[in-house]
Amino acid sequence: MAGFGTSVGRPIYGRGPSAGLRFTVYALIALTLMYADQRARWSERMRYGLQAAAYPVQVAVNSPAAAWHWLTDSFSTRGMLRAQNQQLHSQVQTLQLALLQLKALEQENAQLRELHTTMATLVRKWLVAEVIGVDSGTLRQRLIINKGAHDGVHLNQAVVDGAGVLGQVAHVGPWSSEVILITDPEHALPVQLMRSGLRTIAVGSGNEDELLLPYLAANSDVKSGDVLMSSGLGGIFPAGFPVGHITGVSRGTDQLLAQVRAEPQARINRAREVMLIEFDPANSAAPPAAQTLAEAGATPPAVSDKPSAASSAAARQGKP
Amino acid sequence: MSNRENLLVILLTSLVALVLNILPLPGWLPAIRPAFLVLTVVYWSTMAPFVAGMALGFVGGLALDVFQGSLLGEHALALSLVTYLALRLNLQMRAKPIFEQSLYVFLALIVYELLLWVLDGWTGRSMSSPLRWIHTVIGALIWPVVVGVLGRFHSAR
Repeated sequence: MAGFGTSVGRPIYGRGPSAGLRFTVYALIALTLMYADQRARWSERMRYGLQAAAYPVQVAVNSPAAAWHWLTDSFSTRGMLRAQNQQLHSQVQTLQLALLQLKALEQENAQLRELHTTMATLVRKWLVAEVIGVDSGTLRQRLIINKGAHDGVHLNQAVVDGAGVLGQVAHVGPWSSEVILITDPEHALPVQLMRSGLRTIAVGSGNEDELLLPYLAANSDVKSGDVLMSSGLGGIFPAGFPVGHITGVSRGTDQLLAQVRAEPQARINRAREVMLIEFDPANSAAPPAAQTLAEAGATPPAVSDKPSAASSAAARQGKP
Repeated sequence: MSNRENLLVILLTSLVALVLNILPLPGWLPAIRPAFLVLTVVYWSTMAPFVAGMALGFVGGLALDVFQGSLLGEHALALSLVTYLALRLNLQMRAKPIFEQSLYVFLALIVYELLLWVLDGWTGRSMSSPLRWIHTVIGALIWPVVVGVLGRFHSAR
């Protein structure tokens, strides 16, 4: 540290401590902050405060885009609105049909598994948030959304859009949060291949339309077009959410691992609204724990059938 | 122009630079975006070293950390270092023609990015792409423009 402090010589314009001394002080503060952020947990509270201070600027930065969307929305013609309405209408009908099928399947599934305890709804609660900032470089793929701790957002909450898994909450501020996308190179997502049931990890590539599956053996059963869904391991994402589909598999004869690429299902770079979901980890689509099975087996099926049916109806009505 | 007015101008231009730095841009544009805030801080540290000091560099860097979600204090340290260099070298730099100044700025940006790169590596955050060095060249190239624009704000010199 030679050359700092008073040994720097002439203080800048004779006002206050020399630049070298000030730099030393600021550098020490910065190093402390870095240590705290990397190792200690209390910096999360500090980030929370700083994020609150940053919120107005984020809103201001986003305002031109927001204004543009507002303008295009308010000047859209009657014909366009009509077309959109019709499209939404047919979409609702399709979805309703799908929902009916889903309910039937859900019941059938429960019967097949001989579960007398009902499965509660997978997603307990959701919250729609608007994207107010995008940070998409090769090193970082993040979104800033306009919901924070005041709206009930919590750390590591799963974020999805209509098509599939988008990411998870990385930092929570009072009115805004930062979402790390599944395509961020620092993000890893436990996934399962729908066709073969193979479980693996999908890592972000830094490219907003590509995921990498670096841990699949060269002889594993995977091919282009396979659908990926979240496996629910890790407990952050609910099981069975669509993640993407495989776009390319390359196997080198001298390599132990296959190089597998996938394309995310969610509209990573086009999402303007995202959904934060809260789910019951105990009632994900994964098979129930052994304890639950033992409990179910202990009670006579004939008796336990009725209350479970009733509670299932109650659970359905209580759906948000 | 009084120091107080100068301070206001410095803070406002730095805020604009910060916004330009964090503005979401489509496609490949973020890769070639110069570090506007670093350039602005360097400019004010050399041209008005008694108004803008170390504090501007530190706070500006901290703001970058918050907005970019990087390790807290990382950009603050790097920008403080660059500010310190600019404060130490301001007399030499001011005497040079603009293209030599660009060279100084290029070196300052290299120091800045090198420190960030090392810190990223140490903390296990690096997925280093060579693209991160592009902005040092771009920054040096647009330095004359930065001087031209910011020079309008302090005619009294």
